[in-house]
Amino acid sequence: MTNENGRFGIHGGQYVPEVLMNAVNELEEAYNYYKNDPEFNRELAELFNEYAGRPSRLYYAEKMTKDLGGAKIYLKREDLNHTGAHKINNVLGQALLAKKMGKTRLIAETGAGQHGVATATAAALMGMECVVFMGEEDTIRQALNVYRMRLLGAEVIPVKSGTATLKDAVSEAMREWTNRIEDTHYCLGSVMGPHPFPTIVRDFQAVISKEIKEQIMMKEGRLPDAVLACVGGGSNAIGTFYHFIEDKDVRLIGCEAAGRGIDTFETAATVNTGSIGIFHGMKSYFCQDEYGQIAPVYSISAGLDYPGIGPEHAHLHDIGRAQYVPVIDEEAVCAFEYLAKTEGIIPAIESAHAIAYAQKLAPTMDKDQIIVVTVSGRGDKDCAAIARYRGEDLHE
Amino acid sequence: MSKIRAAFEKGKALIAFITCGDPDLETTAAAVQAATENGAGLIELGIPFSDPTAEGPVIQESSIRALEGGITTDKVLAFVKDLRKTVTIPLVFKTYANVVFSYGAERFFAACGEAGVDGIVLPDLPFEEKEEFQDVSRKYGVELISMIAPAKRERIAKIASEAEGFVYVVPGHEKQTACGGACKGNGGSVIRDLSAITEIIRQNTDVPCAIFCESGDKGQLIEAAGVFDGVIVEETVVSLLAEYGKEAPAHVGEYVRSLKEVL
Repeated sequence: MTNENGRFGIHGGQYVPEVLMNAVNELEEAYNYYKNDPEFNRELAELFNEYAGRPSRLYYAEKMTKDLGGAKIYLKREDLNHTGAHKINNVLGQALLAKKMGKTRLIAETGAGQHGVATATAAALMGMECVVFMGEEDTIRQALNVYRMRLLGAEVIPVKSGTATLKDAVSEAMREWTNRIEDTHYCLGSVMGPHPFPTIVRDFQAVISKEIKEQIMMKEGRLPDAVLACVGGGSNAIGTFYHFIEDKDVRLIGCEAAGRGIDTFETAATVNTGSIGIFHGMKSYFCQDEYGQIAPVYSISAGLDYPGIGPEHAHLHDIGRAQYVPVIDEEAVCAFEYLAKTEGIIPAIESAHAIAYAQKLAPTMDKDQIIVVTVSGRGDKDCAAIARYRGEDLHE
Repeated sequence: MSKIRAAFEKGKALIAFITCGDPDLETTAAAVQAATENGAGLIELGIPFSDPTAEGPVIQESSIRALEGGITTDKVLAFVKDLRKTVTIPLVFKTYANVVFSYGAERFFAACGEAGVDGIVLPDLPFEEKEEFQDVSRKYGVELISMIAPAKRERIAKIASEAEGFVYVVPGHEKQTACGGACKGNGGSVIRDLSAITEIIRQNTDVPCAIFCESGDKGQLIEAAGVFDGVIVEETVVSLLAEYGKEAPAHVGEYVRSLKEVL
């Protein structure tokens, strides 16, 4: 839960330049008003249900369950949402909020391109202008998504500064917002950044755990023993955890991208390898050197390739309520292939990190126990990259 | 009277920013000397940060050059201690919150005090978060500089009333202001006019007031100097370092003199 100053324990806060304070204050004021506005909530529910295709399915993965021989596995199918990932939940909420605030232009950062595509989609739907900042490296890795964004009417700006990846795209979007606040809303894609973003994004993503709870009660008549999700900034994970935080018997497990391993420098496992710092508007855990210089991070998944984690996750880690486990590239790729062959579902490589941990966890649990794994997105976008990882000469 | 305030007593103060270690610390020292000899009243020494989110490309690139050259917070602190033997004007650091936080605030400000650093500008530490470092910076006599940008009257007054060292004013243009009347809640419009901002600041504090002049354009400087106690130039100085490298100090000196003449 957010406290008054936008803190989650010691984490969070508003570490932004003074020129941005007007914007975050305006956003907080507007959000506090609209979150309780019945008309806003009615419109959002309609967008969720009629446009994004909610509620998403809670699917019993029977073959996977039998194959692993342990806990019963359910998959929360966020990959079936319009635009193919959980990102749309947050984007529809923020775009609607921006529109109510009188903004006519959305800007966003994107890593793999999923959040950029979702933002471009919402902008097209609501008749807003859209500019997406994407690390130049990522525009090459995810060329198809760049085209999708342009097709949807957005302008994609390749970011060349720093490491030319997600963190630099966030920095650049923040700079752009600083320069143009009057007509522009920064549609931040994860539960990170300065207050009120971690709270706003969580609230819009919390629909995931709200639905899981209702669906599992319907199907099993009881709560799951564990819920799993992949974590970069952590929006699908907080969405998956949120309504279970008070249910102490439900284990909350976030799966971090460990890249080539947490004992190497080529990792993005923030909780497992990082330390507390202040960056991108928040206090949280970051991958950084002893002088606080933000470290270049690595993961096969462009969507988890971020050196920080949302402040609420940092807090859930501190108080021991959630557990954050590292999953390496190879494990994620194997899980990507495993889910395709076992269940006929190609997950996003991000989501495959959570599947990989489920493969380890389920066999250690009893057959009458239940785990829910959120499949945050679909994996079409990753097929070429995974084929190349496996040594095939395949290009989009 | 604080040393920073004293720098504003002799007419309009010219404040110049220099990134430590771009291209190397020897050049930084020579550039500080040149700026001082030619009339700079205060120097902002940048401790480079990997991701300076409030800076444009010129300072971003300068920070990266310095870091790639192997600059660390320890090296900067030792450098300033040495620099203090010859430079007497006030020196303030400009860096990001994480540089201070990761070093340990207590250890960082103790070292600043020992090195003779008079103040610090942290662009990502707004009024709401200044408690993070305020007590410990005071303990070691390092003034935590407040930044003010176009905002509602109450906000400008609130920040000014607790300001120390000098007030660092960031001008804004029309598109930078939020709240075009569409937002709910308590109204009050954003004040953008620099004279009006200064007036509110002066009503709430007697701490001197300096304005950031991005382009370092002389006409703009003269206009700004009419309202403010000092002007801050950053990108133009850093551009000279980027362009001339080790030869930059002479150019920095010349540039500072040319500005000082018109102030």
